[in-house]
Amino acid sequence: MSNDWYSDFVNSGFGKSIAGTVGLPPVPRLRRYEPGQPLLSGAALLGTATADGRVAKVVRSLLTDLGVEVHDDPQAPVGGGSSTSGVAAGIVDATGLSSPADLAEIQGFLTPVMRRIGPSGRVLVIGDVPGEATAPAVRAARRALEGLVRSAAKEARHGATVNLLHVADGAENDVESTLRFFLSSRSAFVHGQRLEVGTVPGFAGSTQGVDWDKPLAGRTAVVTGAARGIGATVATTLRRDGATVICVDIPAAGDALARTANDVGGSALQLDITADHAPSTLLDHAQRHGGLDIVVHNAGITRDKLLANQDRDRWNSVIDVNLNAQLAINDALLTSDVFHRGGRIVTVSSMAGIAGNRGQTAYGASKAGVIGMVDATAPLLVDKDATINAVAPGFIETAMTAAMPVGTREAGRRLSSMAQGGLPVDVAETIAWFAQGASYAVNGQVLRVDGQNYLGA
Amino acid sequence: MPSASSALPRRAAIVGANRIPFARSNGAYARASNQDMLTAALDGLVARFGLAGERLGEVASGAVLKHSRDFNLTREAVLGSRLSAATPTYDLQQACGTSLQTTLQVANKIALGQIESGVASGVDTTSDAPIEVNDDLRRVLLAANRATSTAGVLKALGGLRPGQVVPEIPANREPRTGMAMGEHAAQTAAAWGISRTAQDEITVASHRNLAAAYERGFFDDLLTPFLGVTRDDNLRADSTLEGLAKLRPVFKPAGYSDTEATMTAANSTPLTDGAATVLLASDEWAAERHLPVLAHFVDAETAAVDYVHGDEGLLMAPTYAVPRLLERNGLTLQDFDFYEFHEAFASTILATFAAWEDPIFCKERLGLDEPLGSFDRSKLNVAGSSLATGHPFAATGARIVPTLAKLLHEKSAQEGSDTVRGLISICAAGGQGVVAILEV
Repeated sequence: MSNDWYSDFVNSGFGKSIAGTVGLPPVPRLRRYEPGQPLLSGAALLGTATADGRVAKVVRSLLTDLGVEVHDDPQAPVGGGSSTSGVAAGIVDATGLSSPADLAEIQGFLTPVMRRIGPSGRVLVIGDVPGEATAPAVRAARRALEGLVRSAAKEARHGATVNLLHVADGAENDVESTLRFFLSSRSAFVHGQRLEVGTVPGFAGSTQGVDWDKPLAGRTAVVTGAARGIGATVATTLRRDGATVICVDIPAAGDALARTANDVGGSALQLDITADHAPSTLLDHAQRHGGLDIVVHNAGITRDKLLANQDRDRWNSVIDVNLNAQLAINDALLTSDVFHRGGRIVTVSSMAGIAGNRGQTAYGASKAGVIGMVDATAPLLVDKDATINAVAPGFIETAMTAAMPVGTREAGRRLSSMAQGGLPVDVAETIAWFAQGASYAVNGQVLRVDGQNYLGA
Repeated sequence: MPSASSALPRRAAIVGANRIPFARSNGAYARASNQDMLTAALDGLVARFGLAGERLGEVASGAVLKHSRDFNLTREAVLGSRLSAATPTYDLQQACGTSLQTTLQVANKIALGQIESGVASGVDTTSDAPIEVNDDLRRVLLAANRATSTAGVLKALGGLRPGQVVPEIPANREPRTGMAMGEHAAQTAAAWGISRTAQDEITVASHRNLAAAYERGFFDDLLTPFLGVTRDDNLRADSTLEGLAKLRPVFKPAGYSDTEATMTAANSTPLTDGAATVLLASDEWAAERHLPVLAHFVDAETAAVDYVHGDEGLLMAPTYAVPRLLERNGLTLQDFDFYEFHEAFASTILATFAAWEDPIFCKERLGLDEPLGSFDRSKLNVAGSSLATGHPFAATGARIVPTLAKLLHEKSAQEGSDTVRGLISICAAGGQGVVAILEV
């Protein structure tokens, strides 16, 4: 973003030399997704912690199918030459751990990986779900991965990310869309996070026939709060991935909404989502497009006040827009055939809902409430082969953050492992991945898109 | 009630609409051109119905106050909009009747099967109005332009005189009488004995009905904000009879005192800027796209009166058009669920109603054995009309058509009744008037 003068400075030729001399922290330029971009920009290193690893085979098959150069030896030269640096990804299958002693294998693999990983590289640790283990030593080993990953993320440089996937027992063949997301530059600002890929009882999910360049082709999406900011970018991103997009915002934002809708070749629906008729109006409108596959609950407001100064009206307006409206719409989706089998609900939580934020008791409450809503709704959607997930953005560069006082804004940007704010598209890419039909095994998850922000980490 | 008959092979459907909020002259839209406003209104319509890149049968629009460079106003607006550039257009102008007339044109082509979809619209600005050089200066400049030698040019320019620099600003006057429209209306009001109180009651009702319609979200799918305006800025939701009673009259018939005159700035429409569009289509076109059909366009009639040499009021043409339309469709004035009468002046619609209740007028002027009679006034302009919204001349028809269509659709959905029907009436400068019937 052009108003991040510090990032512009330390990335300029002159600024780089000054920063190097006086030890200013660097701000990496992140590689972001563009259509047609290869999954990885170079070679991948693929390690296994134990002989019982369940997932390495799937990863290897995906990478080799895509023509990626894969090596098992973390020291192996890449690129057909003798180069021992510059790898695009280091992936370790850490499933099958029997005790903390097995962690040494992972250290042995990741130590060279951390030295070799290139700019915007991807380090991915894949483990078993800790809660599925009953033996203390096993569960301890599984849980240890989280501390390893979160710490390694704080050491990664040049825009490389380190993340942890928990793959449920039996879900090892359901990880493709998730692997593609975490390895590609779509996950540029997802850093130091864990995500669980689960099993789907009674549903034989398949990614056969998926067009990975247009993973949302033929699907109809609703995006609330689409007039501007993150919502407008979500609409654009869903469209890029092939969806038809219904753009929703309050009537007073109708002119910006019309621009978004026309930009994405979708339709505009001016609607106050807190109105009693909002769920039925939304479903009625969706019938114009033959029904609904994706609902993105993006609309949100802030009415920040210290709790000591808060009043009932402000409080209620935040809870109504950010939480009650979503609950009401979800209730309607659950009982309506307009919301198709295999549907996707994606909602926007916030770092403030996880870590809390001064002046944001109402906002924080609403965004934490969203997480509770996701937890409880996920099992209700299983019968429809549908899912619900949440993205929790950290500091994202928008018109709202541009209007912050300099001190607050700079703190928001720099107090993360990426030392910068994310872009709206980083949130949008995560939402678009949750929205894929191929992401059928990702349900009830909350993923932070925050460059490993230090708040509540 | 019986369904209105029509000789046309099929009826055009009113699918939906979009307009920008209307703004008082020289206010929020002072720097917006007709083309800006029409383009914005079209783009809002395109967004609402997901028509980006689509080729429609046609877009018909027009403006009363038009720059000479805007000879192809509608085409230019469409080229600047998100519609396909392969959508043909034309401009039409019939004063305040313009966009009811464009609705009629588009509806007729759909009814005849010549097109499957079209947009009827209108736009006007009294803020960004064309200013012309006066006729004397224009003749001098044209003579200079025709001259073939430098000497000839200088000779022609030698005819320049200081008085010629006074520009001609368009005025709301009838060319043949030199009278302002309000003065004409005041004469008619006096002739029919229309009281100040009755006019103010119409005015208060218009504002209150419009405010209530906004409050219940009626316009959420009929309007898109423009330049920061989210509601018609002429709307005075707190308008009261007591407040209006304090205003001084602005239009007086010759020989009338201030206390006898009845027409004020409140019970006359203000000069206004704005644009409005309506999407019409065949039922099949709408069904293919799963788009709603709010109502159907049944029939329309245009009338004109001789207000120059004859003995008729300038704005009384609808009084003649409606009985002709009713007769053709086998209906009476009482056969409607809603009445949408353009409130050019409160007195205008009251004079029209009075004329229809007058046996002598109905017999001598309209050739009717019985007067048309009265109707239930609670069905009149129930979502407000021009006194509250304002009146960008050419845009008013395209404001009223979807308002009525949506009212009919709501009533039909609520009551499940067989036929729900509404009447539209718009008076226009030049002694003309356009009236129409919509039905669900």
